[in-house]
Amino acid sequence: MWVTFKRNRTALVGVVLAVVVILLAILAPWISPHDPLKQNVYHRLKGPEPGHPLGVDDFGRDVLSRVLWGARTSLVVGSASVLVGLMVGTLLGIVAGFKGGRLEYVIMRAVDVLLSFPTLIMGLMVMAILGSGMTKLILAIGIVMSPRFARVAHGPTLSIREKEFVMAARATGADDLWILRHHILPNILGELLVMASLWMATAIRIEANLSFIGLGVSPPTPTWGNMIRDGVKWLTNAPYLSTFPGLAILITVMAFNMVGDGLRDVADPKLQV
Amino acid sequence: MLRAGEKAMIAYILRRMLVSVPILLVVLTLVFLLVRIAPGDPAVAALGDYASQEAVERMRQRMGLNKPLWMQYVDFLGQLARGDLGRSLINDVPVSQQIRRVLPYTLELTGSGIFVGLLFGIPLGIVTALRRNTLLDYAGRIFGLAGLSVPAFYLGILLMLLFAVELDLFPVVGGGELSDLRDNLHHLFLPALSLGLIMTAYITRMARSAMLEVLNADYMRTARAKGLQERVVLIRHGLRTALIPVVSVVGVYSIVLIGSSVMTEVVFSRPGVGKLMVGAMKQRDYTTLQSIMVIYASFVVIINLITDIAYGLIDPRIRYE
Repeated sequence: MWVTFKRNRTALVGVVLAVVVILLAILAPWISPHDPLKQNVYHRLKGPEPGHPLGVDDFGRDVLSRVLWGARTSLVVGSASVLVGLMVGTLLGIVAGFKGGRLEYVIMRAVDVLLSFPTLIMGLMVMAILGSGMTKLILAIGIVMSPRFARVAHGPTLSIREKEFVMAARATGADDLWILRHHILPNILGELLVMASLWMATAIRIEANLSFIGLGVSPPTPTWGNMIRDGVKWLTNAPYLSTFPGLAILITVMAFNMVGDGLRDVADPKLQV
Repeated sequence: MLRAGEKAMIAYILRRMLVSVPILLVVLTLVFLLVRIAPGDPAVAALGDYASQEAVERMRQRMGLNKPLWMQYVDFLGQLARGDLGRSLINDVPVSQQIRRVLPYTLELTGSGIFVGLLFGIPLGIVTALRRNTLLDYAGRIFGLAGLSVPAFYLGILLMLLFAVELDLFPVVGGGELSDLRDNLHHLFLPALSLGLIMTAYITRMARSAMLEVLNADYMRTARAKGLQERVVLIRHGLRTALIPVVSVVGVYSIVLIGSSVMTEVVFSRPGVGKLMVGAMKQRDYTTLQSIMVIYASFVVIINLITDIAYGLIDPRIRYE
């Protein structure tokens, strides 16, 4: 499996980029040249210059430091919301597939309906109701993504349920939980991880969208989305305020998409995207 | 007289529309519940924080908020069935009137986005598949990945910077006059290009992958062995099969594109359903919000219906029975 993945150059570039972004986010407190929140009005709206390679925003804050700290917000929200979606969705999918009957019907029809709705609009709706803030944002994106994971977990659970080794386990007296832990989860984990890396990319993009609208993490915490929102006002005289954070989003989302594509090629070699 | 095939098709479409009813109903119920569990009293939201207790009570009465939840639900569905979307909590204008004003802008925006995507995406996908592992293919793949990854609002900003700020070719904000075609298209160009590029990227990726799969198929080899011209083999045998999965993703991505259109409308300050929705969210205008979700749910149902019908037209194996 690793050999197939290693041969995929795009996926390797993705891994390298993703690792770099993750490292920059972890190291942000040490490598940021300035405090991301510290204002210096004498420097406001200065373009890129020595000491401030990506320029200074309208409050006199260093853009590079804010982009680096913004990476933390994006990655934390991205990974935590994927985790929420993965847990809630997998649980729903497995329970539906394992129990069958009316419960399965209700869960899977609800999943179908939610899947057919634009993720972003659903995220906006949930955020409008929950209100802004980091925890709520993670919950909102997680909820929106859970039907996708439910769908992925449901199919294989259905087929594994009927396999002889599961019946054998049951005959020897294993209960549902044991079968879930030892037979079903290990069998669907691979597919769920592929989904997780692809949806990490989407989660980061949704976070940026929500922050841009002002429904995400509240200022002054730097996020790429709200940096762009603040920067748009100065598009004519200080375009770097919105272009640099945007570039950071693009590179990060692309990196996770490349890794996800690579993992999917390994899992399903027939599909060539 | 209708032919048997046409009759079957119409029956199929009617049946599919009936199936959409429960989907719409589930979405409506979810929206109804979500709006009701939202923090804050809609009556207070409508009147402002300084309204007197009596005024709030009168407003609650008028909005039907004192009734039990199930009665509110029945009222809500009853109103919708009569085509009554209620009045905005903020400015008391009928919501249907507001939506009717901005809907054409959203339709022209998403419609042209999908059109641009189909126009460029399918040929680009085919060409990159045929020239696999060449420079052109790599460029196409990078474009596909970038389009998949870029947030719509950021792409909008970049296009704005280039075409409006630097080159001063197109206006930055607004939707133009609908009655003035020139002005309207002038305002539509950048937002439509922004959504169109994203759609092109999606379709290119899928068309390339579908075409690659078809190129290796046995029947393609057979067609060549029969001595058919390469062009005929590609178009008649390859393209038609490759288009089937593409049609289904066009449906799925059109729905994604509707989500992106919200952001594009916000960035370009363009009138539209998405911009109306974001405004309603910020002002906690729940009646408007709830009606807009109904509109979006209908979009989804209609797109799924069109996708299913298109499927049948391309794939002769699918019968409307």
